[in-house]
Amino acid sequence: MSKRSIEILVGLFVLLGLAGIVFLALKAANLTTLSNGETYPLVARFDNIGGLKARAPVRSAGVVVGRITGISLDPKTFQGVVSLEIKRGFDFPKDTSAKILTAGLLGDQYVGLEPGGDTANLAPGDTIKQTQSAVVLENLIGQFLFNKAAEAGSGSASGADAGGKKP
Amino acid sequence: MNPDTLIEIDHVTFGYDERRTILNDVSLRFARGKVTAVLGGSGCGKTTLLRLIGGVHGATSGRVVFDGEEIDARNSAQLYRLRRRLGMLFQFGALFTDLSVYDNVAFPLREMTDLPETLIHDIVLMKLNAVGLRGAARLKISEVSGGMARRIALARAIALDPELIMYDEPFAGLDLISMGVAAKLIRTLNDVTGATSLVISHDVPECMAISDHVILMSNGGRIVAQGTPAELMASTDPEVRQFVRGEPDGPVKFHYPAPAMADDFGLGAAAGAAR
Amino acid sequence: MNAIAALGARTLRVLQGWGHAALFFLGLLRVLPQSLRRFGLVVVQMHAIGNRSLLIILASGLAVGFVLALQLYNTLITFGAAESLGLVVNLTLVRELGPVVTALLFAGRAGTSLTAEIGLMKAGEQLAAMELMAIDPRARVLAPRFLAGILSMPLLAALFSAIGILGAWLVGVGLIGLDGGNFWSIQQNGVDVWRDVANGIIKSAVFGVICTFVALYQGYETEATPEGVAYATTRTVVLSSLAVLGMDFILTALMFSTR
Repeated sequence: MSKRSIEILVGLFVLLGLAGIVFLALKAANLTTLSNGETYPLVARFDNIGGLKARAPVRSAGVVVGRITGISLDPKTFQGVVSLEIKRGFDFPKDTSAKILTAGLLGDQYVGLEPGGDTANLAPGDTIKQTQSAVVLENLIGQFLFNKAAEAGSGSASGADAGGKKP
Repeated sequence: MNPDTLIEIDHVTFGYDERRTILNDVSLRFARGKVTAVLGGSGCGKTTLLRLIGGVHGATSGRVVFDGEEIDARNSAQLYRLRRRLGMLFQFGALFTDLSVYDNVAFPLREMTDLPETLIHDIVLMKLNAVGLRGAARLKISEVSGGMARRIALARAIALDPELIMYDEPFAGLDLISMGVAAKLIRTLNDVTGATSLVISHDVPECMAISDHVILMSNGGRIVAQGTPAELMASTDPEVRQFVRGEPDGPVKFHYPAPAMADDFGLGAAAGAAR
Repeated sequence: MNAIAALGARTLRVLQGWGHAALFFLGLLRVLPQSLRRFGLVVVQMHAIGNRSLLIILASGLAVGFVLALQLYNTLITFGAAESLGLVVNLTLVRELGPVVTALLFAGRAGTSLTAEIGLMKAGEQLAAMELMAIDPRARVLAPRFLAGILSMPLLAALFSAIGILGAWLVGVGLIGLDGGNFWSIQQNGVDVWRDVANGIIKSAVFGVICTFVALYQGYETEATPEGVAYATTRTVVLSSLAVLGMDFILTALMFSTR
């Protein structure tokens, strides 16, 4: 086999392999949905970030508008500090609230932005003032049980009251 | 150092491991521009000698001197410099099986020089012509016979016009015609190029016919005799006579060391007592 | 006492073997830059190693894709998660099966041919001849093959995964009737380029180093006999496979552990 034909075949092989990689990256992964434009940073503080991970999406009305780029703990306020990168072109009012939501019932967690009504927009580097922490299952259960107990207690109390009030 | 001597082996002792010493305090001289043959039976250290000269191994003691320079087998820079001045013909050719005949001979030229392909083309064909195989240039290695392979290997060995050409058993396994061709080539190359040739062989008639100087070695790396072919053929030393005449028994025994025949065949006193 | 002495001697021999292999590896690395300059040699080897392995890689990838789709569908449907078939097949292939199975197939096809080739070259004194021609056989013969293996492996693994996903698509969407749009969009949402695809490529590059090195080393150190070469090719497959699987565990733990 001549040298030239060998080189052509190898070139084809490399081309095919790179095409495979590109296919995997574009068609079968999230390369295109990553910010390929410019972004601006925002900060949000949460009492509890739950299971939020870095690179989780930031959505508004369900549409991906950015990514989480960093999670850290504020040593003074002991709040979770989440850094967000929002795609340029999406501006949110200053009173936008950020909530940690779950995709589906048992899915990954993401940050949902609900815009407020302020006329002024958040500037790059601003902190989102209103946040709602993630729902932690143990707290939910604990709250449920507490409510149940309170209900039972007030039920017997009101029953006793009612009993007391009845002639 | 004698200017007529290209290679000097000076009291060299060498073994591949501690138990077997192949060469034992051997001292030799190879004269410049001459064909020297080293003869001997298998295992007497002839091929080891070639390896020491080529710097593949280092001598355990003693010096190997090439053109006044002592060879240090661990000095890669020196080795590569010296190896450019020698060409070696391996026993079965050691041709590169993935290249064609042409590419095999062109290999040293392409690797060691910056010559343009047009010039390499001419040199390769000239070398192949010298060994009589210019017409085989386009063949693949798998298509050539054993004798042809050795001639191609010779063309490759002389591609860079070396000062020293070493032949490892060039006549082994060849028919008479090919042997004659090989012998003629070795002698002619030596005379025409002024190179020094070192032939390792156990083929007595061919070597005697073409050599200027003959060295006979025996097991344990001893030199039994050396001199011109005529001197060795006329020698009265029993070891020399046995070798050059090919006698089956003599100083080199026919029987491998074995226990007494009586013991092996049960003919001894013990067996007699049993009867 | 004798048993302990024998054990000690054996341990020393094993250590010596590893040391020898490590020095060989370092020697190869040292001459790699030279073969970069003579890239033509690398290209020829990529043809022998990469192109010639394409058929088995593509065929195996397609078959694995088919089978994965069928098997995973059976399980996913019980959780009502059949639509995620594309995602699960993708992650399985890109993170694990692509690099690992490609490496195992590579060891069997290209690795054995490398070992046999080098072993026979050594037996035929071709490497010694090269040395005596003042040409370093490691730079001329071994390094181009080493580089070709490292470059070919990620390409082959990517092709394995890609054609596996396509195979799963054929079965899942074409045969079973899952929704085509969802098949791709769920993947695009769930597979991360850097975490999954890039890590998979890094894995296959590491496996390329391992398989090619083992093949070359076994060929170079083999005895110059037919039995020696046969034994060496077997050792290549066994050692490469074990090393790949072991390394895969380490890499997976490093790359994919939940932080």
